[in-house]
Amino acid sequence: MSKKILEAINISKYFLDPVHIQVLKKINFSIGEGEFVSIMGKSGCGKSTLLYILSTMDTDYEGDLFIDGTSMKNKKEAELAKVRNEKIGFVFQFHYLLNEFSVLRNVMLPGLKLGRYSEKELESRAYDKLRILGIENEAVKKPNQLSGGEKQRVAIARAMINNPIIIMGDEPTGNLDKKNSEIVYSIFKELAEVYHQSLLIVTHDNEFASKTNRIIEMEDGQIIKS
Amino acid sequence: MKFSLIGSISLSLLMARWKQTLVAAIGVTFSITMFIALLSFMSGLNDLLDGLILNRTAHIRLYNEIQPSAVQPIDRSGRFKEYYNFIRSVKPKNERVQIYNSGAILKSLKNDPRVLGIAPKITAQVFYTVGSIEMTGIINGIEVEEEDRLFLFKDYVTEGNYINLKNIPNSIILGKGAAEKMLTTLGDLIQVTTSKGERIQLKVVGYFQSGIQEIDNVQSYASITTTQKLLGESNNYITDIQVKLKDLNIAPVVAKEYGQLFDVEAVDIQTANAQFETGSSVRNIISYAVGITLLIVAGFGIYNILNMMIYEKMDSIAILKATGFSGKDVNHIFISIALSIGIFGGLLGLLFGYGLAYLIDQVPFDTAALPTIKTYPVNYNPRIYLIGGAFSLVTTYLAGFLPSRKASKIDPVIIIRGK
Repeated sequence: MSKKILEAINISKYFLDPVHIQVLKKINFSIGEGEFVSIMGKSGCGKSTLLYILSTMDTDYEGDLFIDGTSMKNKKEAELAKVRNEKIGFVFQFHYLLNEFSVLRNVMLPGLKLGRYSEKELESRAYDKLRILGIENEAVKKPNQLSGGEKQRVAIARAMINNPIIIMGDEPTGNLDKKNSEIVYSIFKELAEVYHQSLLIVTHDNEFASKTNRIIEMEDGQIIKS
Repeated sequence: MKFSLIGSISLSLLMARWKQTLVAAIGVTFSITMFIALLSFMSGLNDLLDGLILNRTAHIRLYNEIQPSAVQPIDRSGRFKEYYNFIRSVKPKNERVQIYNSGAILKSLKNDPRVLGIAPKITAQVFYTVGSIEMTGIINGIEVEEEDRLFLFKDYVTEGNYINLKNIPNSIILGKGAAEKMLTTLGDLIQVTTSKGERIQLKVVGYFQSGIQEIDNVQSYASITTTQKLLGESNNYITDIQVKLKDLNIAPVVAKEYGQLFDVEAVDIQTANAQFETGSSVRNIISYAVGITLLIVAGFGIYNILNMMIYEKMDSIAILKATGFSGKDVNHIFISIALSIGIFGGLLGLLFGYGLAYLIDQVPFDTAALPTIKTYPVNYNPRIYLIGGAFSLVTTYLAGFLPSRKASKIDPVIIIRGK
């Protein structure tokens, strides 16, 4: 197996409210470079909870998480924000684009925050990403002028802007119709195959999952098949 | 780079709710405008009222007081040293009100670097003779030019030229009230009787009006030489030395020093006119309190709008955090929204405040008591503008502080999962 870019070691999580319940039970798994992985499972099995822990946004868990070989445990909020900015791209069920900014600017925002490239260069990089996703003609529009599928593609472009080591998706096709789901899937596929982008997608869509390289199946807070 | 990024995000959030933002900014503008106008007017009025007295009053007045000697002969006797001596009906001895060795004192005062200027003065009790009636009065013998330089004498001479007092021998400038009682016109001769019974004729060369009726009814001015002649004294006869210092605040210390050094009575302005300082500081406190209250109300407006904005922009905040903006960045975004409302509103407020103060300055304000004042007094002291500007920043920062902290604490997981 290639280099591990993400590794979960004995991750457990409890919800205290309203009742004490263990939602994740000693999860162990890892993802290698360039893998296209989906996490499957019924509603409430803890797959989204796991994703948010892996994404470093949720810090209230037991066990340890390594991203790119570095432990995420005991990092400060600002440091985790930097990790998310630099190494992780996100696509959510909802697009979460800022309506005040143009599509291009939305894509550029995480890059501007990282500050690795000048604004000019970032702009051309953002155009490149939009071109890969086939929406470069919409760059100057505002997000609320786009269709649902287009918005989701902009969100994917935004996730890609800093060339993250992994893109995570939480039901990225959950809000889309069949045709748009197909498009989003083929984009992911292309990213994985052509650009060797690692992807970790949470979904309950069997059809979607079946087309990925590797399926991690979860039930009751445990991995039953990976 | 990072600053401009945060700036552009705040700006676009601001513009997204520009109507509310404008209302908040207008709130700040209004309060700063009123703050500036109120304080300019108030301190203008204060300066006027203080000036009525302070301009005409020496910072330190040196004089000789007629008083019984503190050390009586019995105290000097060794025999009664251990006793406590009661002496009744002590009278002051025959002492002159003149300041001894005035020439030397004047010379050493002139060389004191703390002193702005000195004006010697003679106060003489006289009677103005009007027909068969004699009215009591006081003639102040002054050194005309110094008196004008230090105490703005010219401003209070409403008719006639003040310098004639120096140029025309045996001349007098009458108090307005006294002149009206005597029915004199400029150029008339009036008769004055001194307390020693000497009679002398003086030519009226002007009227003066201080705005304080008690003074105008009684006091008149003549040159120092005229007054010395009137009293039949030599040309080193001086009863008062008025000292104006470069710094008014050191007057009490310097007065004490002079009192000991020259062995005279020395009264500083703070002691002599304590009530004026109290009055102005109370008026200042009131106007500052009103101004600051206005600003605090405006601050609440900003607080509300920011809070609303945060509820509306929960999603945006969540995605910013998810894509790598830290809580601190989000905090900075909202603080800069608050501060830009403060800066924008505050600057406009300073401008409008100046305009309003200028308008007040144009309103005619004619009163017989204040000959030099034609319009409402307004103070354009830059300090007021500085305080107003600083306060607008401080209140908007405080108003933005809590909402910004709340925004920075938003947990993106809760928002995103809630969808």
